[in-house]
Amino acid sequence: MCDTCGCGEGGETIILRKPGREGAHIHLEGEHAHHHEHEHEHEHEHSHVHPQDHRGREVVIEQNILSKNDLLAERNRGYFEAKKIAAFNLVSSPGSGKTSLLERTITAMKGKKDFFVIEGDQQTMHDADRIHATGVPVIQINTGNGCHLDARMIHEAVKELDPGEDSVLMIENVGNLVCPSLFDLGESKRIVVMSVPEGDDKPIKYPTMFQSSDLCIINKTDLLPYVDFDMEKVKNYARQVKPEMEFIELSVRTGEGMEPWYEWIEKNSGVLL
Amino acid sequence: MHELSIAMSIVELAEEYAGKEHAEKVTELEIEVGDFSGVVIDALEFAMEEAVKESICQGAVWKIIPVHPLARCGSCGHTYHPDSLFQPCPACGGYGAEILQGEELRLRSILVE
Ligand SMILES: Nc1nc2c(ncn2[C@@H]2O[C@H](COP(=O)(O)OP(=O)(O)O)[C@@H](O)[C@H]2O)c(=O)[nH]1
Ligand SMILES: [Mg+2]
Ligand SMILES: [Zn+2]
Ligand SMILES: [Zn+2]
Ligand SMILES: [Zn+2]
Repeated sequence: MCDTCGCGEGGETIILRKPGREGAHIHLEGEHAHHHEHEHEHEHEHSHVHPQDHRGREVVIEQNILSKNDLLAERNRGYFEAKKIAAFNLVSSPGSGKTSLLERTITAMKGKKDFFVIEGDQQTMHDADRIHATGVPVIQINTGNGCHLDARMIHEAVKELDPGEDSVLMIENVGNLVCPSLFDLGESKRIVVMSVPEGDDKPIKYPTMFQSSDLCIINKTDLLPYVDFDMEKVKNYARQVKPEMEFIELSVRTGEGMEPWYEWIEKNSGVLL
Repeated sequence: MHELSIAMSIVELAEEYAGKEHAEKVTELEIEVGDFSGVVIDALEFAMEEAVKESICQGAVWKIIPVHPLARCGSCGHTYHPDSLFQPCPACGGYGAEILQGEELRLRSILVE
């Protein structure tokens, strides 16, 4: 179906589950699940109808196709801001180390920050189980064939997870550098994670994702001696699409470079306006 | 796959407006897709065929109108047509231009009966 990411066709069944309670889950069926709930949001719109021509009457719409997602994302954002929840949307190719990064971060910062985690994957509870083992509340969203999380899934997951005030909500998006870039979740910051073995041309291959991210984490620096990877080149590419991009180089495996990341979390949470 | 969710959003939006007009069917849709919108037009064409099935848009024709990018340089104010998000300003070589157009993903209009 999707030429850009190669993910499969069809299926709109989204499933939300919690570790330890696999039996209980919520299905989000199709795009119409909240149709009636949100009708009032469109009160301000009006349409201009033009006289009948042979193919029918023209209705001028001029509306952003993702406006429903964007509206719901703004609602999520307002909720996060009101509760001073720092919501971070982690995007990357599969295998860059997002789940590993979360495991290590949560363990290291325990006692300093309250973490809540939303895991997005097409199938399986593996990542939620890994997070569950660190002892923080987590919910798994299985998107089936879907290649990204959207604002509605986050809205539903947050209702279940109920993150507390001043907490940090980590959202691990589906591993894919194309589709998640289009869907605002209402996050406070978007973090793109890449890793050394992926090569230094990621930012030019996936410019939209880099353009829409605030922080770029370059993981697996322990592998730098073994691969051709030009750190300055990556940063320059990324700055060409996003001049204000911040960078953190680290190795989740060895722990090197983790400190600046913990400081970044401190700096970007709790005190949001 | 995101093209399918986008196609479904298009149909949903068309349904909503057609409903307000008490229309029985949608016969045509005009969709603007910017070169920098992140949507692949061929994939969207394919997804639309799925999305219109059993909807008020079944049997409708759609026109996908590509929107070519226009950027304004943040350093010197020059406006130009970039080929990619990476192209530096041809006048001063600066990066990080403001994208004025080319990111559109909009339902422009529909025809209803
Ligand atoms: N060498 C090395 N491997 C890592 C590092 N971080 C994660 N990995 C490995 O990369 C693989 C994918 O990690 P995972 O966290 O599941 O990636 P995700 O798909 O982005 O969530 C696992 O085998 C990890 O052990 C690192 O800093 N260095
Ligand atoms: Mg993972
Ligand atoms: Zn809702
Ligand atoms: Zn996709
Ligand atoms: Zn210039």
